[in-house]
Amino acid sequence: MMRRLYWTLSALLSHWRRHPLQLFSVLAGLWLATSLWAGVQALNSQARDSYARASQLLGGAERYSLVARDGGRIAQQHFIELRRAGWPVSPLLQGRLRLQGQREQRLQLIGIEPLTLPAGSALAGQTRERRDLAAFLGRPGRSWIAADTLAELGLPAGAQPLSASGQRLPPLAVWPQLAPGVLLVDIGVAQRLLDARGQLSRLLLPAAFARAAPPLPAELATQLVLQRGDQGANLAQLTDSFHLNLSALGLLAFVVGLFIVHAAIGLALEQRRVLLRNLRSCGVSLRGLLVALVVELGVLALLGAVAGLLSGYAVAAWLLPDVAASLRSLYGAEVAGRLSLAPQWWLGGLLVCLFGALCAGAGSLLRAARLPLLALAQPEAWQQAQARWLRRQGWLAALLGGVALLALWFGDSLAAGFVLLAALLLGAALALPVGLSRVLEAWLPHCRTPLAQWFVADSRQQLPSLALALMALLLALAANIGVGSMTAGFRQTFSGWLDQRLAAELYLNPVDTSQATAIEAWLTKQPQVRALLPSWRVELQLQGWPAQLNGIRTQAYYRAHWPLLSASAGAWERLARQQGLMLSEQLARRLDLHLGERLRLPTPSGTWELEVLGIYADYGNPRGHLLVDAAGLQRHWPGLAPRSFSLRLPAAEVPALIQALQARFALDDSRVIDQAALKAWSNRVFERTFAATAALNSLTLGVAAVALLISLLTLGQTRLSQLAPLWALGVDRRRLAWLSLGQTLLLAVLTLLLALPLGLLLAWCLVAVINVQAFGWRLPLQVFPGQLLQLLGLALLATLLAAAWPLWQLGRSTPAALLRSFADER
Amino acid sequence: MLKVQGLCKSYTTPQGTLAVLRGIDLELATGESLALMGESGSGKSTLLHLLAGLDRADAGRIEVDGRVLDDLGEGQLAAWRRSGIGLVFQQFNLIASLRVADNLAFQARLAGRHDPHWQAELVERLGLAALLGRYPEQLSVGQQQRVALGRALAVRPPLLLADEPTGSLDERSADQVLTLLLELLAGSSTSLLMVTHSASLAARLQRCRCLQGGRLLEAAG
Amino acid sequence: MDRVRSCNGRRPMAYGGERHSASAFLALLAGLLLLAACEAETPPAVGFAGLGGSAAGFARVAPGRALGFPADHGAHPDYRIEWWYLTANLEDAQGRAWGVQWTLFRNALQPGSHETDWRNQNLWMGHAALTGADGHRYAETFARGGIGQAGVMAEPLQAWIDDWQLASHGPANGGLGELELNARGAGFGYRLRLTSARPPVLHGRKGFSQKSAQGQASYYYSQPFFQAEGSLLLDGQRHAVTGQAWLDHEWSSQPLAPDQQGWDWFSLHLQTGEKLMLFQLRQAGGAHYRAGTWIAADGQAQSLSEADIEMVPVHFSRVAGRRLPTAWRLRIPAKAFSIDTTPLQEQAWMATRFPYWEGPIRFSGSHQGVGYLEMTGY
Repeated sequence: MMRRLYWTLSALLSHWRRHPLQLFSVLAGLWLATSLWAGVQALNSQARDSYARASQLLGGAERYSLVARDGGRIAQQHFIELRRAGWPVSPLLQGRLRLQGQREQRLQLIGIEPLTLPAGSALAGQTRERRDLAAFLGRPGRSWIAADTLAELGLPAGAQPLSASGQRLPPLAVWPQLAPGVLLVDIGVAQRLLDARGQLSRLLLPAAFARAAPPLPAELATQLVLQRGDQGANLAQLTDSFHLNLSALGLLAFVVGLFIVHAAIGLALEQRRVLLRNLRSCGVSLRGLLVALVVELGVLALLGAVAGLLSGYAVAAWLLPDVAASLRSLYGAEVAGRLSLAPQWWLGGLLVCLFGALCAGAGSLLRAARLPLLALAQPEAWQQAQARWLRRQGWLAALLGGVALLALWFGDSLAAGFVLLAALLLGAALALPVGLSRVLEAWLPHCRTPLAQWFVADSRQQLPSLALALMALLLALAANIGVGSMTAGFRQTFSGWLDQRLAAELYLNPVDTSQATAIEAWLTKQPQVRALLPSWRVELQLQGWPAQLNGIRTQAYYRAHWPLLSASAGAWERLARQQGLMLSEQLARRLDLHLGERLRLPTPSGTWELEVLGIYADYGNPRGHLLVDAAGLQRHWPGLAPRSFSLRLPAAEVPALIQALQARFALDDSRVIDQAALKAWSNRVFERTFAATAALNSLTLGVAAVALLISLLTLGQTRLSQLAPLWALGVDRRRLAWLSLGQTLLLAVLTLLLALPLGLLLAWCLVAVINVQAFGWRLPLQVFPGQLLQLLGLALLATLLAAAWPLWQLGRSTPAALLRSFADER
Repeated sequence: MLKVQGLCKSYTTPQGTLAVLRGIDLELATGESLALMGESGSGKSTLLHLLAGLDRADAGRIEVDGRVLDDLGEGQLAAWRRSGIGLVFQQFNLIASLRVADNLAFQARLAGRHDPHWQAELVERLGLAALLGRYPEQLSVGQQQRVALGRALAVRPPLLLADEPTGSLDERSADQVLTLLLELLAGSSTSLLMVTHSASLAARLQRCRCLQGGRLLEAAG
Repeated sequence: MDRVRSCNGRRPMAYGGERHSASAFLALLAGLLLLAACEAETPPAVGFAGLGGSAAGFARVAPGRALGFPADHGAHPDYRIEWWYLTANLEDAQGRAWGVQWTLFRNALQPGSHETDWRNQNLWMGHAALTGADGHRYAETFARGGIGQAGVMAEPLQAWIDDWQLASHGPANGGLGELELNARGAGFGYRLRLTSARPPVLHGRKGFSQKSAQGQASYYYSQPFFQAEGSLLLDGQRHAVTGQAWLDHEWSSQPLAPDQQGWDWFSLHLQTGEKLMLFQLRQAGGAHYRAGTWIAADGQAQSLSEADIEMVPVHFSRVAGRRLPTAWRLRIPAKAFSIDTTPLQEQAWMATRFPYWEGPIRFSGSHQGVGYLEMTGY
C-alpha cells in the first residue's frame, strides 16, 4: 500500500516540477489566505490575552469590591474599621502615572496589600518566590511590571525611574503574567506616588464572602457600596465589535486567498486529467488515487500554512502598535505592544489553513473521484461543464441575494449584519462571471471586423479561467470602496460634530472634591473667564452596560453646542426642570429607548425615573452617556462634587490661565486640556482606529492583484495554442500581445465598473447596518468621487502590473513555441 | 488462458441505446497472439477495455487463468491491471511529467515487480538507452510507442492488450515496432491481443478475428 | 518560647480549614523570616519557620534585662519575632472538655520600625483554634503593622488583629487582672473572660529563657493562673464554658539554633494547683535541648534543667500524612512526678502557613490534670 502510495504520489508531484507556476499559485494562495487571517487572529488573541491578564489580575468577573458612593476615593480609616468589624477586605489604590522622560506611555499604577488580598486573584494565584514578596513589602520595595511593558519603556529591570511629579519608584522587577501597561506596587508606595496618603480607590472582597451579601456597618453604609465586576471584565465586552470587525476583514482575505487556491488546484486537476486516467489504467485504484491527492493537498497546505503563519506573525507585529493605540485611546484597554503568541495560535492557524485548503480543493477531489476511466479527454467537455457551472453560479448568486434581503429585513444583530455583508459580497462575486458573459454575448453582434469579433468571443472564452481572479478583484475593490467611503464619511461627520461639541476653550479635571471646590472658587474670581460650566458625573451600569451619567447646569450653553439627533419639544427647558434626560444614540439603541419613553436609573436613594427628551451623537465612546440636570443628580447622589469644568474665555487668554492654574493647583497636563489639544487627541484616536483597517484593506487589494497575476500566468501557457492560429493567419506577435492585454483590461474594467455600485452598497451596509449594530451609531452615507477615482486607478494599475509579465512573455515567445502548440494539440 | 463467453455491452446515447457488443465468445491460449479487426465503431476498443477491467460488461463472462473478472471488486480490478496485463494505447499514454526511465519502470514499481535486469534488457532491445533521461514530449512518436511497449512489458504480464499500437506510426515504423514486439514475446508465455486496422499487420499474428455488428466472425484472413 | 509555631520548610504546605486571607502571600512569612535576616541563597538549616536565622541588626537577647509590667506586655519592635499566646482548657455544662487557642505573632522585616503608616515593617499573623473531642477548627489571618489593623498596646494590654482581640479591662494585677478574649473563624468562635490575681511567672533566669547550648535565647514570661469563663460558638451552637487558661508572651531575635528542627512543648495545670512548663528542642544530631519551669501553687517558679527532665513518646498517630507522638510519658524524678498524657483530639492539626500540632491534653499518673501540647517541625 505504502509502495503504491509512494509511486502514485511521485507521479502526481512530478506534475508540479514541470509546472512550477501552478505550484507557486497554490502555495501563494494558501500563503496569502493564511497570512492575513493569522495576522488578524494574532492581533485579536494578543488583545484578548491582555484583557484576560488585566481581568484576572484582581479576580476577574467574579471580582467584588466596595467603592465610594460618591465615586471618589475611600478613607483608609474605613478599611481599618471594616477589618476590625471582621470584614475580609483588602485595600486597592489605582491611578494613572507618567514617568519622567516618557511622553506617550502612561502607566496604570495599582497599589495592593498582598497580605489581605482575596484568594483567587492572579496575584494570589502565584506561589512564586517568597523572597519576591519579602522584597515587595520591604525597603525599597518593588515595582512589578510585565516584561513587555518594561521593554516598551526601554528600561532595564532594577531601574528606579522618577514619576512625572519627581517621586522615585521602587526598583522595577518583572512579573511575567502581569497585565500590560500596569505597574504593581505596594499600597503604601502607590499612596506616595499618587500623592494620596490615607486614600484608597476600592476595597476588594473575597467572592464567597461578598455573595453572602452581609449588611455593611450602619455608619459605612451611607458611604460605601458593593460593586461586582469591573473594567477588566468589561473590556472584552466593550472591544468585542472592534475585534469582530478585524476578524471580518481577516476572513475576507482568507476567502479571497482560498479562491486562488481553488482556482489553481482546479486548473492542476484539469491538466492532470490524462495523468489520472493513466494512473488508473496502470492499476492505481480509485481509493489509492484519492488518498494520494489528499496527501498531496495536505502537504501543499502545510507548506502554505507555515509560510502564511510566519508572515501573519510579521503582519500582526507590524499592525500591533496602531491597534494597541486604538484600543488604548478608545476603550482604555491596555494591550501588550510586543507580540507573544501561544502555541495554540500556531496550531489553530495550521488547522484552519488545512481545513481551508481541503475546502478549496474539495471540488477538484470530487471531480477526480467522478472522473470516468474512459471518458475522452476533450476540452469541450470541460467547457460544457463550465457553462453548467456558470448557470449554477447564477442561481446560487440569486439565492444569496435573497439571503441578503432577508438579513436586511429581519436581521437585528451584528451577526445578521455580517450575514448580510457575506451574502452580498459572495452573491455579487458569483454573479460576476454570469454578468460578464452576458455583457460580452450582447456585444458580439455589434462587432464588425473579424479581429474585433475574435477579440470579444475569445474574451468570453477566457472568462472561466479568469473568473476567480476577477471575483477576487471585485471583492477587494468593493471592500476598499465600502470601507473607504465609510471611513471618510465618518471622518467628516466626526470632525464636524467635534467642532460643534468642543466649544469651550479649556477643560479641567480636578484631582478630588476639595480641589474642585477650591478651583471653582478661584475661577469665579477670574475676570477673563466668561463662563464656568461644572459637570457632575456618576458611573453606573444600565442593563449590564457601563454608562456615565452627567449632571449639567447651564442649559443655554448646551443648547447652543450640544447637537441633538432628535428631541422632544422644549427638551432643554424640560431637562432643566428635571423632567427628563437625554442619552447618547448608542445607549438609546442598546436599551431600545425612543423619545417620550421612560428610563429608570438606579440611585443610592432608590429608582429615579425620567423621560427621554433627546438623543445625541456620541461618536467613539463605547460606554453609554446620559445627561440630566445637575441639581437632580445631586439630590439622588448626595455629596457629589464636580468632576470636570468647561471654561469659556478668549482664546488668547488660554495659555496664561493654564499656567496660572497649574502653578496654583499643581494640576498636571492630563488634568488641564485646551480645546486644540483635545481635538488633536480625538483626531489621533480616530486616525489610529482606522489605520489597521486601512492597512488590511490595501492588503486585500494586493491579494486580489496577486490572484489576477497568477490566473493570467497559468492562462498564459494555454493561451499560446489559442493565439497560434491568429499568428498563423498573419497577426504579428506584438499585436497579439497588445490584443491580449486589451482583453485582460476589458474584463478588468468591466469588473471594476461593477465593483463601484457594489462598493457603495457595501458602504451603505456598513454605515446603516454594521455601524449601528457594532457601535450603536448611524452615519449618513457620503460618496467621495475623488476617493473612488483614486481607488479605481489603483485597481487598474494593479491589473496592469498583473497582466504585464505574462503578456511580455507572450510577446517574446518564439515562432517555434507557437508552432509546437499546433503539434501539441491533440 | 483467456475465455470470453456471451459478452454484451451497450451505451446510452442521446439518440437511444446503442448495443456495441452482442454476445462475444473468444478464447486465447497461453503464448498465443490474436489480431482483432473491424471497422471504426465496431466495438474493438470496447472489448479491449472490458478485458482490461477498465469497464464492466452488461452480460457475459470473462475468465482469465481461472479468475472471473466480473466477480472482482474495484481494488482487485486495479490489482489486475497492475500486474495481470500490459496495456498499450494508440496515444501511448505516457506520463508527461516523468522521464523515460521512470515511465518504463512505473507500472512495475506499482506492482512491486520492478526488475532492473529485465528493464535493462528491455531498454537495450527497444533501443531506448540514449533516451532514458528525456521527457516524453522530447521523443518522436515511434520512440514514444517503444517506451509504452516497454512499460507494458516491464511487469511481464500474462496478457498484453494493445489498442492500435501502431496507429500513429507510418507504415515502416509500424512494421518495425510490431517486429520488435513479436520478438520480445517470442519465447515468453505472454499472450497478445491486438486491435488493428491493418490487414498486413494482422497477418503477422497467429490468429485473426473480425468484429462486425457486435459479433465476432472468423476473419477471412 | 517554645511556642513558635512549627513546621518545616521541607514539607509541602497543607491547606484547608478556614483562612481569612489570601493564601499565596502567606508564603511571605516564611520568606520574611528567611530574608529579613539572611541574604544567603538557600540557608542550609535555619530551624522551623526560619526561626534559626541570623539576627543581624536586631536587638540581642541577653541575661540580666529586668522585665517590667505592664510595659513589657506590649510589643518589642527592636526584636525580630514576638508572640502572645493563650491556651485554655475548658469544660461545658455537660462536662465535655474543650480547648481554645489564640495567638498573635509579630515578625519584623527591619529592626526598630515604629512608623504609623504603610512603611511600618512589622507583619502580623493571628491563629485561632477551637478543639473538642469531635473535632478541631482553626483560622488564620494576616495584617501589616503601623496602620491599625493589628497591634499590641501595653497600657492597658490590648492585642488585636482584625476583629480578634485580647484586651485588658483595667489596671488590676499589672493589667492581667481581667481580660476579654475573642476570635472567630468560619463556623466557630469564642468569647472568654479571663481573671487572675497572681503576678506573671518569669521563666529561665528572671525571664531569660535559654534555647540551645550555643546561646540562643528569648525573653519569656507566662500567666498560668487565669480562671476562664465564657462561651463557645460551634456551627451555630452556643456552649457556656469555664476552666483554666495560660498566657505566654515571648520575644527574641534568633530563638533557635540553626540545627534545631522543631520542638515539643507542654503547659500543664495540675489538680494540686501547681503548674508545669516543659519543652524540648529537637536537634539534628539527636541530642535534644530540654528545659522547664515548675510553678508552685503560690506562684513560686523553679527552673528545671535538662538533667531534671525525662520526655518519652509512648504513642504515635497519623496526622495530616505525618507521624506524630500524640501521647507522652513525662518524668521529673526530683519532684516525684511521673505522668502519661493523652490528647483530647488526636487530629488537632493547624494546617496554617506553617503547619503544626496544637491541642488540649489530659494526664494521669502521680498527678492528674489538663494542659496543652504543641509539636512543631514534624
